Amino acid sequence: MYHREKSIQIKNSASSLYNNLSVQRIAPRRLTYFTVVHANVVNMVSASWDGLNYSHRQLQSKEPNVATSTSLIMQAAFCVLPSRDLLVVTSQKGIQMYESDGSIMVYWHALDTPETPTAQAVFARGISAVWQNYICVGVSSGSILVFDIPTKGSNITLSEVLEEHKDPITDLASECSGSQECIADLVSADDVGNICVWKSGEEFQLLNKISGFDMTCSSVKLWKGTVVAGYGTGQIRIYEAVTGILHAEINAHARWIYSLDIAPFSGLLLSAAEDSLVRVWHLTLTPETNSVEVAHLHNECVTDTQICGAKFCDGDGYAFAVTGYDLSEIIRYTQT
Amino acid sequence: MIMAFKYQVFLCPRPKDLLLISYNHIDTIRELVKETPVALNQVEEAHRKIIEVYTSLSEGEFQLLRQTLLIFLQDSHIRVSLFMKNKVQNPNGRFVLSTSGPVPHGIEVPGLIRMFDDKGKEVTRSEFPTGGSYTSPIREGSFELHGDRVIRLGLNMYTVNHPEETHTSKAAPVKADDTPNLLAKEELNQLARLMGSMKSESTPKSEPGFRINLFTTDEEEEEEEARTAGGAGEPLFGVINIQAMQDEQFATQLAQIAGQFADEGEQSDNPGSSSNKGDDLLDMMDQL
Repeated sequence: MYHREKSIQIKNSASSLYNNLSVQRIAPRRLTYFTVVHANVVNMVSASWDGLNYSHRQLQSKEPNVATSTSLIMQAAFCVLPSRDLLVVTSQKGIQMYESDGSIMVYWHALDTPETPTAQAVFARGISAVWQNYICVGVSSGSILVFDIPTKGSNITLSEVLEEHKDPITDLASECSGSQECIADLVSADDVGNICVWKSGEEFQLLNKISGFDMTCSSVKLWKGTVVAGYGTGQIRIYEAVTGILHAEINAHARWIYSLDIAPFSGLLLSAAEDSLVRVWHLTLTPETNSVEVAHLHNECVTDTQICGAKFCDGDGYAFAVTGYDLSEIIRYTQT
Repeated sequence: MIMAFKYQVFLCPRPKDLLLISYNHIDTIRELVKETPVALNQVEEAHRKIIEVYTSLSEGEFQLLRQTLLIFLQDSHIRVSLFMKNKVQNPNGRFVLSTSGPVPHGIEVPGLIRMFDDKGKEVTRSEFPTGGSYTSPIREGSFELHGDRVIRLGLNMYTVNHPEETHTSKAAPVKADDTPNLLAKEELNQLARLMGSMKSESTPKSEPGFRINLFTTDEEEEEEEARTAGGAGEPLFGVINIQAMQDEQFATQLAQIAGQFADEGEQSDNPGSSSNKGDDLLDMMDQL
């Protein structure tokens, strides 16, 4: 169903972090941007669609005006809003927002670090653009920071802090189907597997809380009102967002799942884990019977590699890209 | 050393198993120091403290710990001959990740899709090809002070039995140049002198001191002995025995010389005078 294409070489190897690949398609310029995190650096590659031009850029996690501070980056992700695109980078010190080509930093938010260092790690992790003008970022305390993004300029403000999770946030995702009818806009997951479903607005509203079973939910997606969640047990669970009804459970992988992605136009689901396997599934939603069907389509084995990032490169799922721990390349696959 | 650590962290089946691997390490240390009660007590105490601090961590926190360690170990691809011999490392320096065998404890064997209706009742069950051959998990190891850890990572790789190993390395039976390399001999003697400086408190019943084997595994040595004892062939290599016991006279002489340095240091400080650099310099200039 898919065959491997030529890989894109990156300047450093990928670090072992959940969801360690972000992809943004710039159709007007026939380019695709990829970001991969390596320790305290974000590697950005801009690849032209004809496969001839690649340009690289590296971003460091730094507080502005402080020359020597760097900290480990937990995640980097593109946030696509109707008016503008931003690249958000979360680290142990704070949150940086760049123009999506990585050229200028437009905003810096420092995390509250305790006066006396405690045994608990402090970091930000979990990034998602929500609705028209919000970007949400999760924090290790379990809080979710909601930033209000103006249509242009750097006058970004912290609009709200959502306190529901008590454990570090692992991933955030917004409704990706483009449908206006869905009630739920945002889903958040944490280190003990609790999932919260939210409706955005001037004040975000908690619609539902799905309890975890003491196992980390490392990656989560929201599509047509359906939550797809990947766990450290290698399982994928599919819930109805607003009611919490469990539609399906897949014993998908033999090790920790690190990344999930959905191609919104076709309903293809991508799952990748530390067991070196990437799997492609198909989701069919039948609203009349309120049921979800899952079919397995394809496997790819990246030999001897613990995969840490996997994303579709387009909304149909025609191509996808994969990163692995200690691997200095982005592996690509396209449909035959 | 760094590759052995990376191997254990990388292949750790569940993040919590980092503890079981550490307990394997501690169990082995306990065995090594069991003749020395002071050291043994400290090992036990350290083990108790580790249990106290780390048992309450969640799987997510262990995974964060593991991810941070993996960042530190990133990009090391040093090839280790023992790993390559045991087929756990490839010639390009990457570790082998198997897609078969038992899944870690607490993980379901992949291959099953279950779909439910909105009452929560299972409606269909289907299977999918996993591309590997996974089996049920084996029992979980013990997280207590003593117990069977079950996991093999963290054990002595030189003595662990590898059923999949086909044959040990055999040196080609070529008549090698027999003249001993004098520099090598001197270096080995120096190593012996350095090693002979640790004293164990009680006389051990089993063995005097410990043996270091730099080149072959114990099994290979026994095979060699059996082969040459039977008169079947010539030994492939000469064996030099080095006595690394503590030389009492030598050690006391060294201690005396070290003591003299300390005495001289103390005498040069005059009590009451501010021995700063300025004064010393003036003294030196006066003597000119």
